[in-house]
Amino acid sequence: MLKNFLQMRLKGLVVLAVIVLLLPLFFNNPFHYDLATQIAIFAATVVGLNLLVGFAGQISLGHAGFFGVGAYFSAVMTGTYGWTPLPTMLVAAVVVALLAWLVGRPILKLKGHYLSMATLAMGFIIAIIINNEGWLTGGPDGMSVAPFSIFGWELSSFNQYSLFGIEFGGDVAWYFFAGFLLLVAVWIAENIIDSPIGRALRSVHGSEIAARVVGVDTSYYKSLVFVVSAVYASLMGSIYAHFSGFITPHLASFEQSIVLITMVVLGGMASTFGVILGAVVLKLLPQVLADFQELEMMMFGLILMLTMIFMPKGLFPTLQNKLAERKRKKSEEQA
Amino acid sequence: MTALIEVTGLSKTFGGVHAVEALSFSVDAGQIYSVIGPNGAGKTTLFNLITGIYTPTQGEIKLNGEMVVGLEPNQLAERGMCRTFQQMQICMNMTALENVMLGRHLQLKSSFLTTMLRLPSLLKDEEDCRDHAVELMKFVGCGEYLETDASAMSYGALKRLEIARALASNPKVVLLDEPAAGLNGTETAALEELIKKIAAQGITVVLVEHDMKLVMGISDRLLVLNYGRKLAEGTPEEIRNNPDVIAAYLGG
Repeated sequence: MLKNFLQMRLKGLVVLAVIVLLLPLFFNNPFHYDLATQIAIFAATVVGLNLLVGFAGQISLGHAGFFGVGAYFSAVMTGTYGWTPLPTMLVAAVVVALLAWLVGRPILKLKGHYLSMATLAMGFIIAIIINNEGWLTGGPDGMSVAPFSIFGWELSSFNQYSLFGIEFGGDVAWYFFAGFLLLVAVWIAENIIDSPIGRALRSVHGSEIAARVVGVDTSYYKSLVFVVSAVYASLMGSIYAHFSGFITPHLASFEQSIVLITMVVLGGMASTFGVILGAVVLKLLPQVLADFQELEMMMFGLILMLTMIFMPKGLFPTLQNKLAERKRKKSEEQA
Repeated sequence: MTALIEVTGLSKTFGGVHAVEALSFSVDAGQIYSVIGPNGAGKTTLFNLITGIYTPTQGEIKLNGEMVVGLEPNQLAERGMCRTFQQMQICMNMTALENVMLGRHLQLKSSFLTTMLRLPSLLKDEEDCRDHAVELMKFVGCGEYLETDASAMSYGALKRLEIARALASNPKVVLLDEPAAGLNGTETAALEELIKKIAAQGITVVLVEHDMKLVMGISDRLLVLNYGRKLAEGTPEEIRNNPDVIAAYLGG
């Protein structure tokens, strides 16, 4: 029984791994790799955000702020002060974790939607600081970022690599690295969800009072998941900075926070694979709508509204239900 | 006999309304203790005070000799008190089994890192928790719903599920708020058996209930409330023959 259970658990992850591995068969230029890498980074970010929004039912309107802090911390420390990328990224995550704990802990003792307001304000403050402290961050013009390196092995989109005699470009290397990070992000998120901590988180969404009477310290778990989701954002922010090589304050903007939330809501709250689909759709959409760039925010708003009205569970769970229903009908017809 | 719950001079006012007023009583360990009274008598308010959901305006509540006024519900759970609700509180976003497993929360001590990496110690804990929850679901008569989503279960089954979740926390005392409300005759009879089985395990049961037949049949002692005050307290026999109670219930 447990074996069955385990196999079921990892089914989704295996499918995702196969997709990540086979997708390059459809790529025929560096731009495809670049876009897919971006999607993977943002997907990993929203897999973390979904723990907070989808599972614990708490809204953060400032997650781009955490993403931005991770990105700029890595950019400044590796660029200006010469730190090594990997440890820098981890220090950034610790800084963001502390920040999230400081913001979240007092707020999450209160009932209601105070977290969304606090994170909204926090996101604005972070964006303003990044914009105004030009001596450190380059201000609105942005700043360039040193390439990523793991144990002295440099990962840059412009390098050429060879492994087991196969030659490939840095864009391909980045794609597989980001894909690997996404898989790890999903694996950890799924582990958290399917555990006592995960049940405590879901119970906050389901019935907070029920959770409390059986001994769950709900305000602690809300703070914990807020910190975890912020760390996801920070780590992916750092990765994104090294990947893109150039970052602007837009990364930490309110619009960006809304994009992240839209990915979660569109893809499917409380569905890890759903939010990945959300990230894919919302990252591909601007490519399709490149001619209407100024309408982008409006499109996102419209998508958010239409999803809420017609598929409140989100794209992925709705499709899942539809498929299950079709299967059931078919088997009924046969019987 | 030692008093497990000891309430002295307990009052709660909402604005000008005295929902509970100068109430004193005690519940001995191992008893089935019922609180009855007309609608609006303050029964549920009393439950909310004892379980830490409301803070009393005045008075003391002791659990096992310890003052527990001002403690959060989760801190009371750590001290062995758990409850169910008149308006059922089930996590509809989880399966039935997960709801009961949630009840084991305090027994599960895996660290965040263990959880994140799903280390073997977590798997062992989870397996034990699962087995225990399955057993409890069978105990309350929800055995056929193990993998069912809570949102797909019937009202009567959910009522029993909530009791299973409360039991999962290994309580010394469970407070059941109108467990028979909305149940049919057969279901009520099954509930009566269940409450007796719970008490037989040495768990103290405090009950708020409207079903007089049920209450009189299983209670060791009863507390009768009227307008937030104690009208009478005693064995079912004493309550049945108490002139004040008869007057309050039959009008007189």
